[in-house]
Amino acid sequence: MSDYPETYRYTKEHEWVAVDGDTGTVGITFHAQKELGDIVYVDLPRAGTKVEAGKSFGSVESVKAVSDIYSPVTGEVVDINADLADGPEKLNEDPHGAAWLVKIRLADMGEVETLLSLEDYLAYIEA
Amino acid sequence: MAATTGKTRPNITQNEKLLFELSTPGKRGYQLPPMDVPEVDPAETLGAGNVREEIRDFPEVSEVEVIRHFTRLSTWNYGIDLGLFPLGSCTMKYNPRVNETVARTEGLAWAHPYQPESLSQGAMEIVATLECMLCEIFGMDAVTLQPAAGAHGEFTGIMMVREYLASKGNPRKKVLTPDSAHGTNPATAIIAGYEVANIKSNERGMIDLESLAAAINEDVAALMVTNPNTVGVFEQDIAKICGMLHEKGAQVYMDGANMNALVGIARPGDFGIDVMHSNLHKTFSTPHGGGGPGAGAVGVRSHLEPFLPSPRVKLADGRWTWDYARPQSIGRVRAFYGNFGVLVRALAYILAHGGEGLKKATVDALLTANYVRARLEKRFKIAYDAPSMHECVFSDALQEARGVRTGDVAKRLIDYGFHPYTVSFPLIVHGSMMIEPTETEPKQELDAFCDAMLAIADEIESSPEIVLKAPHNTRTPRVDEVRAARKPRVRWQRE
Repeated sequence: MSDYPETYRYTKEHEWVAVDGDTGTVGITFHAQKELGDIVYVDLPRAGTKVEAGKSFGSVESVKAVSDIYSPVTGEVVDINADLADGPEKLNEDPHGAAWLVKIRLADMGEVETLLSLEDYLAYIEA
Repeated sequence: MAATTGKTRPNITQNEKLLFELSTPGKRGYQLPPMDVPEVDPAETLGAGNVREEIRDFPEVSEVEVIRHFTRLSTWNYGIDLGLFPLGSCTMKYNPRVNETVARTEGLAWAHPYQPESLSQGAMEIVATLECMLCEIFGMDAVTLQPAAGAHGEFTGIMMVREYLASKGNPRKKVLTPDSAHGTNPATAIIAGYEVANIKSNERGMIDLESLAAAINEDVAALMVTNPNTVGVFEQDIAKICGMLHEKGAQVYMDGANMNALVGIARPGDFGIDVMHSNLHKTFSTPHGGGGPGAGAVGVRSHLEPFLPSPRVKLADGRWTWDYARPQSIGRVRAFYGNFGVLVRALAYILAHGGEGLKKATVDALLTANYVRARLEKRFKIAYDAPSMHECVFSDALQEARGVRTGDVAKRLIDYGFHPYTVSFPLIVHGSMMIEPTETEPKQELDAFCDAMLAIADEIESSPEIVLKAPHNTRTPRVDEVRAARKPRVRWQRE
């Protein structure tokens, strides 16, 4: 699953966001999970938590390291992916699909436009 | 004859069960003298509800079984007394036996923290003398010996920064840490109630001054900096960095984990540090593995002195006494006066070396690290071109092309008879291999280690599967680290 969806927007901290209506689904990229190695634990905020673009809202732990997850957007967490608690390995298997992390109700729709396009993100990780 | 790999050869070791499994009901490893006082019924005294009939599964074994159990387990261990222990950032140097002799002096070994000051004058003088010597080594104005380890020292230091800034009217909100920092730095800042902001490193492995300048504002309480930093590189702009923070009223904390590269050569106080810790169990040679215990002495400049943990040892009318009358102190951070036995060993180390000896140890630590770097850098990619200090950090870029990563090389190193280097840290280096030999290694041992690393580099070229499946000569073959982390079984249960 190394396909990077064209419709997603990306960050330099290797998160992605997919917007549907006023809600953004957030995850980490294929590149991020590859760098982290085998992921063993995911720490996510509770639904209702207010998050801010560029600020950490949780962390991902692999056998090598613990890394913060930075929110690509500002808003309120409306749902979290409960499957990851028992199956953190899904983040290695399907980071752009089934292993999404949180859904955020966007406070500012325009914010997404400031994030990286697929083309810009791929250029960034290849640099 | 059994095969030899590097300096190892397989030998027989005994399997060992848990004490619970060795237990036989009724066995005793002790004999009590006959009761010579009236027996008391605990149920009557304490109430029947508070008395347990039996302790379920309490192991019952004889003395010889206990001795053999732990002795057999000890033969499975690896320590600095068996060979080079190149665990980067941990400064696994030899622990001189003379320190042990000194610490076992009867009056020190049997001193009790509740014995009166009049009977503790020698112990108190040791504390005061060590504080004074560390002040000189750090270039600081005062030192506390209470913290029990490095991270504990960090916490003590940042709490003092918070109290100091609060006393000026505003404790501020943020602590800055470079992206190469030890994980304990941001953890400390969070526990002390601060937000953490990350500062990028530049292409030389040093703090990027532009990123730093952009991050400094009136909300910043402190920068936590490790120098030399975790890639083993000296932050050459450190004086300028301290100036930038001070200009905005912020403090600079130095994580002195890597102080072994500076002692006798450079003093943090002289390059602008306000508060720092040094791990006595690293730089000052006190026992380190197996829980130490450690000691994280913290030094401060005079403006932070009122905030030091209480009590402070002081001289009054020619007698040592504990001073509790310190209204601005952050309070105690440790029961009694720190890990005193460790402090005795650290002072013995300092006095045995003297100033010139400490300086030579530092220079030798740099020499051994650079010797290893010079022997390995044609086959392993050095992470940053900048000169190495007391440790050298490689990336696994050349090995990754053959599908072998830093953790695989580390596991193969075990087959050759060495404890692995530090794996995958610092995080800013891709597949980091962090090697710190320390000054106490003979050239022969350094060569044996380098030969092992080079032999592994050859194996990766000719038959990488040997390395990918390592270790082969150990009691336990390669363990499934991922499963251990995802589905940990942390409690033994009888089957």
